[in-house]
Amino acid sequence: MKGAENAIVPAVLEVVGLSHNFGARRALDHAGFTIRPGEFTVLLGQNGAGKTTLFSLVTRLFGSDQGAIRVFGHDVNRRPSEALKRIGVVFQQRTLDPDLSVRQNLMYHAALHGLSRRAAKSRVAEELARIDLTDRADDKVRQLSGGQARRVEVARALMHEPRLLLLDEPTVGLDMASRQSLLEHVRRQCRDKGLAVLWATHLIDEVDDESHVIVLHQGKVLDTGVVNEVVERAGTTTIREAFAGLTGSQLNGGKAP
Amino acid sequence: MLHYLRCLEGIVRREALRFVHQRGRFISALVRPLVWLFIFAAGFRSVLGVSIIEPYDTYVLYEVYITPGLIGMIQLFNGMQSSLSMVYDREMGSMKTLLVSPLPRWYMLTSKLLAGVAVSILQVYVFLIIAWLWGVDIPLIGYLTVLPALVLSGLMLGALGLLLSSAIKQLENFAGVMNFVIFPMFFASSALYPLWRVAETSPMLRTVCDFNPFTPAVELIRFSLYGQLNVNALLYVSGALAVFLGLAIYGYDPSKGFVARRGGPAAG
Repeated sequence: MKGAENAIVPAVLEVVGLSHNFGARRALDHAGFTIRPGEFTVLLGQNGAGKTTLFSLVTRLFGSDQGAIRVFGHDVNRRPSEALKRIGVVFQQRTLDPDLSVRQNLMYHAALHGLSRRAAKSRVAEELARIDLTDRADDKVRQLSGGQARRVEVARALMHEPRLLLLDEPTVGLDMASRQSLLEHVRRQCRDKGLAVLWATHLIDEVDDESHVIVLHQGKVLDTGVVNEVVERAGTTTIREAFAGLTGSQLNGGKAP
Repeated sequence: MLHYLRCLEGIVRREALRFVHQRGRFISALVRPLVWLFIFAAGFRSVLGVSIIEPYDTYVLYEVYITPGLIGMIQLFNGMQSSLSMVYDREMGSMKTLLVSPLPRWYMLTSKLLAGVAVSILQVYVFLIIAWLWGVDIPLIGYLTVLPALVLSGLMLGALGLLLSSAIKQLENFAGVMNFVIFPMFFASSALYPLWRVAETSPMLRTVCDFNPFTPAVELIRFSLYGQLNVNALLYVSGALAVFLGLAIYGYDPSKGFVARRGGPAAG
């Protein structure tokens, strides 16, 4: 149904034949997929599947051994600047400075991306309003709850208005309610702004009916597409069964099947 | 261009804010050289006689002699501590946010280095004020002429720290760096005793001291405190800075550096 449309909409992120080794261990093995504007894509895989490696390569924390990564057509290795300024990242680890205030953290990030102080101030106000933390702007990050800190990290990643948002297991360590609200928050950004999102998780209930999924297992992309396509191809009725069928293993998270 | 400046400003501002917030770090950074000045120097004043050597034009008290060495020590600790914090940052991820921003990586690393140097210079001046109250007299112009020397030596020691942080996978604690980097560098240098005295005991140790890049850093600071330029020290420190910084940038290079070759992330 979307085939014709896809052909003309340029890819936000294009990963082709991506492989990477750590010593003898193959972390990624000819991984490939495409993400287009406004798509909420769930990168589904168990711990150790290669999700973090993939993120590190896309953000050029280190270079890939083989294959290509293009962000809006810019090769990450050849034109890192052009690629990186279009990407916002929320890492798996907490990366806010706990001793600095929420505002100081956001202003720092804005400076890294070259926003003027005036522009940065107004962006901080906008983003804080969006995540409902305006009244906490001058509190130290240390004083925030886990869910609030995560929301600040999402706000920070969006400070420079990227077109692609990467989140690596963003809900780890959050309770159910915060998890749900974070997920909704990011989905809304995706819908309202046409932001492309790559959301890595091992929690299968974070996939909804409209999501695109990438099933990553032992460094290989086993299938990718809109969730119902993947389920159909796997000959199952739920994404949980599809995942189990493809990988031969179970993922936890959410309701029992 | 504007982007570069804003970025540098942001990084320095963050470092300064962190410094202000971590008052304990400031106090311990200051207490360390003061202990040496107040206690060690007082005790050794009579044991170690320092004859007239350049840049001094008269006999100097031992505390006057070791003041440049202690300034070097502040910068040495600072450089190593920021390297430690970078390893910590890397593990904690805040280094990642730096590395995934769009400006070239060498620029981000150099900015981070400059921010650390700015903080170390602040500490040095507070130390110099206290030393002055303690009776360590330095010509007024020296407070000004020492500044460029501090920038250079601070950058060199910071670059060494940066290099270590790229090459070392994990710093379990500060003790390793203390034992293997700070102590040898500090003691095998001209910080505590003039090198001619070292040579009297052991010519070999003297050679080691000469090679130790901390020695020219201390000498550069020592001469500049008296408004003089030690050209050899300047050349050595600049050369060491170029080598350390070059290697550090290589170390952080995403495609070929040590960071890339190291075993991958633990999870994911």
